[in-house]
Parts: sequence; structure tokens; C-alpha cells
Amino acid sequence: MKEIVLAKYGEIALKGLNRNTFEDILIKNIRKRLKPYGKFAITKAQSTIYIEPNENITADELIEKLSKVFGIAKLCKSVVAPKDFDEICKITLDYLSETLEYAKTFRVSAKRADKKFPLNSPAICANLGGCILEKYPHLSVSLDNAEVDVIVEIRDTNAYIHAGRIDGAGGLPVGSSGNAMLLLSGGIDSPVAAYMMAKRGIHISAVHFVSPPYTSERARLKVVKLCEKLTGYCGNIMLFCVPFTEIQEAIRDNCPTEYFTIIMRRIMFDIAQRIAKKDECVALITGESVGQVASQTMKAMVCTDAVCHMPVLRPVVGMDKTEIIEIARKIDTFETSVLPYEDCCTVFTPKHPKTKPSLEEIEKGQNAYNFEPLIVQAVENTTSELIQVS
Amino acid sequence: MSIYFDNAATTKPFEECNRAVLRALNEKWGNPSSLHKMGIEAQEVAENSRKAIAAALGCESECVYFTSGATESNNTAILGAAKAHGKRRKKIVTTSVEHPSVSEAMKLLEANGYEIVRVNARSDGEYCFEDFIDAVDDNTCLVSCMLVNNENGLIMPVKKAFNSIKRLYPHIITHTDAVQGFLKIPFKASELNADLISISAHKIHGPKGVGALYIKKDVRISPHIIGGGQENKKRSGTENIPAIAGFGAAVRVNMANANENAAKAQELKSALFRSLMRLDGVSFNSGTEDSSPYIANFSVMGVRSEIMLHYLEEKEIFVSSGSACSKGAKSSVLKGFGLSDDRIDSALRVSFCAENTVGEVKVLCAAIADGIARFRKQ
Repeated sequence: MKEIVLAKYGEIALKGLNRNTFEDILIKNIRKRLKPYGKFAITKAQSTIYIEPNENITADELIEKLSKVFGIAKLCKSVVAPKDFDEICKITLDYLSETLEYAKTFRVSAKRADKKFPLNSPAICANLGGCILEKYPHLSVSLDNAEVDVIVEIRDTNAYIHAGRIDGAGGLPVGSSGNAMLLLSGGIDSPVAAYMMAKRGIHISAVHFVSPPYTSERARLKVVKLCEKLTGYCGNIMLFCVPFTEIQEAIRDNCPTEYFTIIMRRIMFDIAQRIAKKDECVALITGESVGQVASQTMKAMVCTDAVCHMPVLRPVVGMDKTEIIEIARKIDTFETSVLPYEDCCTVFTPKHPKTKPSLEEIEKGQNAYNFEPLIVQAVENTTSELIQVS
Repeated sequence: MSIYFDNAATTKPFEECNRAVLRALNEKWGNPSSLHKMGIEAQEVAENSRKAIAAALGCESECVYFTSGATESNNTAILGAAKAHGKRRKKIVTTSVEHPSVSEAMKLLEANGYEIVRVNARSDGEYCFEDFIDAVDDNTCLVSCMLVNNENGLIMPVKKAFNSIKRLYPHIITHTDAVQGFLKIPFKASELNADLISISAHKIHGPKGVGALYIKKDVRISPHIIGGGQENKKRSGTENIPAIAGFGAAVRVNMANANENAAKAQELKSALFRSLMRLDGVSFNSGTEDSSPYIANFSVMGVRSEIMLHYLEEKEIFVSSGSACSKGAKSSVLKGFGLSDDRIDSALRVSFCAENTVGEVKVLCAAIADGIARFRKQ
């Protein structure tokens, strides 16, 4: 019996003339995701991608990996049968024997994409249902609430039989919407923001600011670990680490204390933007949520956006912390995010930061010192590291 | 060259230890429980180490049981003693400054209905043995008090407390976590009047992953790990012979030089304190009397521990901001000694071994002075 994984796409199927482009990106992403497990036979037909497991990985493991690939709406593990009704019956009974033996109710659904197949869908359902009942008389048919949903798909080349599908990650294939630069602090919100934008097809690069000795090597390793967790969804991530100590010390020494955080963030956005340009990114992504902390008020965002000439995507801007945490747990970044290492955002935090800064005051505060040489130097000394799908 | 001042976290294994580990791996890899010659030879390795440890503790070798380290020794001692002796007597006395492998075991017992009394330091940060005597009563099954505090080096009044407690309530089991005291400050099992003593190999230049629990003869505790009945049914699991071999080798080297090493550590600690006293705003969290010469704790006021630690790290000087076991978390132990939050936030622990030099201490102090100049602006 030959098992195969069917990956069905949702939103891509609605695309018009450029649908092929999306499909090709998705197939490329699937190949990349499965690269550690060797080569796979992957084909596409009728809004479905067919992936055959190889000797390194079982169909179940394959589905687990693919359930994180954006662009796939549904996944099912099915068996391949020739397009002959008797064969279909035989293979169904054989393939689903264990499932059917321990179930109480079932139903059969059929999808006849190949209209040349002699039986129509209701006839397939009725006849196959009859065969199953004959072999497993303890079963009863339930159309509304069946434990096992036996699905037969008659397609161009073969018939495929499976017992239900699981949800894929949804969204659009990563890379189909272009590149953006994530500001990754190591907290809970930024990995979630990355996940959400990757879901909309954006390929993610990340920038992280390090301030030794105020921050430790462990804080950087934590960010690397977060990137590793994200690669399951986002694919490979280029992580840029910006040395930020001198800039922070310069802000502390030359700017008004209560503006420290906002000025720091403006410089971070500025630097992120410069690196983004080099990395061919067209937008920035942050994990900001309105009002969560003093530097994430609307007025503060006005001040940070003033230095930006690319759009700043803030996918969690309207979410509560609990909602963000829920996603962080789902994508398994939460436990890593809450490790207690100091990150550069909390170094020198003023006791009473300005929550409603005016852009004019902030600019005046920042202009008290010429940060440009330090910024240029920080960008120059930025290191990069490719975090690969593992 | 790097300077390692974090010897309370772990120590560099001795050459002798490494050789013994390798020899056991290469030559004595039999299962000590096997009946044949190879088993007997492996068993011999364990027995030789056991003898060395027994000699260091001043006890018979039958009283030494190998474990996977001090955490297991502490868990076994506390949970095992409570299980064996706490059916009717539901009270346990301990301190508020124990290592997590003790304090977490206590929390578990507390959740299971035991009354845990945690003796606090007096307002001057000192522990008095009388406070332990006041805390115990007829209903107490176990007293557990560490011998040397791992964060500030304070020598706890274990000897006086246990001696009095045993005189008044002979039924009470006494346990001491002696990890930071073993082969560092002089003590013998008998004079401590301890029924149970936990020790670890990697704090005395031995390998990680091995420790021992001293169980006084005729003292009964329930095993914590059960199975094949190794270690006289007190600790099942095939013995970690290579690590045990290394443990024994490290103990022998330490024993030969124990007094010399302690004198050396004392010299280093005095040199450190003398130099630090010249700096502004350094407060000392550990004393010179009643304190292990191997551990010094002080606060550089106005500079957060982590910042100073990483600053020193950049200069290849390695110290600790508290106990290495609680990466980054605030020290509840120093709080237990009554220190203010400001002092805890800026506390550094410098811990020595005999290989450190006064020259290294001077380099450290100069680096701290530079650090103060750079960071104490906030």
C-alpha cells in the first residue's frame, strides 16, 4: 500500500493569473522544510500538492512538519488506489481496518474530480458504504456525527482514500509577499509578530540589539533559540546583531532621562531600517501593542514612526497580552521568551518615562547629541548569522 | 589568560581526577554488580574511592553512598528521612538560606502536610544555634541545616545546634548540606553529630555528576531511587564508576593539601577585602570570622550585579552574581540574610581555589574599580 500526503491550499486557489507563482513558492518552501530529511517526490495537480514520504520519515511525521508551512489549508494522509471501484473497496477496507474496527459510526464522502469515472459521487458513497458494512456489521452509518469520515477522492491519475484531514497553518506561502525586517527583542511579543506576518507570506529577517556588558551572551543565545523555533513557520531567518552599548551610553549621558526609551527606540528603528534596506526588506515588523508599556503609546509610536520611511507592520497592535501569550504558546516560543535575561530594552529604563511625548520635544532631546557617527559605526559592526530550518 | 573566581559554582578538575576517570573508562568498564572478575574490578574502583571519602569525613566506608550529585544527596536525605521517620512526627526544622535542592524538597513536604519551620538569621545576619533548639520539639523528625552557605560563605552553627538537639531529642534526624564545606573547612562526621551529610565531587576539583551521601550507621532512611538495589539498597542504578574514580582521586589530592589550601584561600580573601575597602561604596556581605575562606560576597553599590559580571567577563574574569544554579533570578538567600534589595541587586560572589593568586585578586579589584568609574552614573 502506498501512502501519500495531500496538502491542499486554500487562499492560493483563489488567486488569478499569478497562482502558479504562489504554488511554486509553496512547493519550494515545502522542499526547504523537508530538506533535512532528504529528497521527496512532490507533484501538484488540482489545488493539491502530493508529497510521498521517503525512508527517512513517516507520513505522520511529514504531516507534523508540514502543518507549520504557511499556504497549506488542509493536510491528509491518504492511500493511493487505482481508479477501479473494486480495487478502491479492497484498499479502503485494508487501509482503514484498524480505524473501522474500533469505531461505532462512520460515513463515506466522495469527491469525483474526474468526471469520466463511471460511478458518480452518491453511487460511490452508497456502494463503498455497503462494502464497509458488510465487513464490519457492528458499524452504523451516521451522516451528521460520524466518528470516522471515509473520504474518497477520484482525481486525474489515481484515487485517494483517507479518513479525515487536519488543519494546515493557513495563510500564504512565506516569500510570496516579499521581505520584512523584524525587531526581535527576546520578549513574548516579537516572535508572535513574526509568526503572524510570515503567515501573510512575508519572509522574515530579524534584527537584535546587544549591549554588552549590560546584556549577556545568554540573552543573545535566547534570541537565536527563538529564531530556531520560528524557522518551522518562517523558514530560514537571517539574524542581525547590532552592537548597541555605546549608543545607549551616549543617550544616557546626553539626553533627558525621561525620553531615554523613546530616543533609544527611534535609533533602533533607524538602524533596523538601514539594515533592512541592505537586506532588501521593504518594511519593518514590531511586536508593539498599544498601551502595553510606556513606549508603546500612540504618541510614542508617532515619535518612532517619524524616523521611518518604510511601513512599520504591527500585527499584535490591537491584541491583549493574554491573546499574544496564547499564540506564543501555540508556536512554542513562550517558554524561551520568559527566560530571565536582561535585554537591551530594559537597560537604563527611566523610573518615570514620558508616556505622551511630543515629537518636537523628543527631536530636540535627540538633537542634543550627534548620534550619526555612532549609528554608522553600529551598522558597520553588525554581525549576521543564518538560522536554518532544523 | 582568564581568571576563574567562580569556584563555588564548580572547579577545574585535577589532572589526577581526569586520569582516574579515563583509566576507569578504558580499563574498569565492567558492571560492579557482575559476578565475574570484571565486575569485581569495577567494584574495587568504587570501594577505593569510598575509602578515600570516608577518611576525609572521618567515618567508616560503609557509611558513604554514591549519588549523582549533591542535589540527589539532599533530596534523598530529606525526602528519605521524612518518609522513614515522619509518619507521626510531622515537623521539620530548616533555615531560610538553604540551597534549592534542600528548600524545594522542603516545599514538597510542606505541600504534603509537613510543618516546615525555617529558622531566620538574626538582625545582624548571624545564625545562632539557640534558635534551632527553640524551633525543635518532640514532634520534629528532621533538622536540616547547611554547613557553609554557598552565596556568602557563612559557616552555620551546625555543630553546636546538632550536638544540643541530639542531647535533648535523640530521635531527631540531623542532616547537613556540606557541599561548600567538604575539604574546605575542617570537620568530621562524628563531631558534627550529623546523621546525614551531603557532599559533591565537582566542588572539590572532581567530575560533575557524582556526589555522596553519608548515612550514619543504623540510621534508617527510605531510598529515593529504587530498582536493582545497588549501594546497599539505598541508591539503585549501576554506579557511575568513572566519575566515582575521579571523585576518589580528587579527594586524595585535596586531603593532602587541605590546610595549606585553606590558608591560601584565607590570604586571597583578606587581600580581596583589603583592596575593596579602598573603593567607595563597596559593602561586604560576608565576614572574615565564621566564614569560609573560599567564598567572599560583596555589593558594589549602584552597579547591578549582572552588568559588573559581564563587564568582568569581557576582561576574562569570571565571578558570580549569586548562586550559579539560579541563572539570573534574584537571590532569595541573601534576602534571607536580611540584605536590602539595593545590596542584593549589586551583590557579587568571588570564590577561590588554591590555584588563584594574589596577583589575580589585584587584577580583579582594578577591574572592579574601572567598572565603578564607568557604570556608577545612574
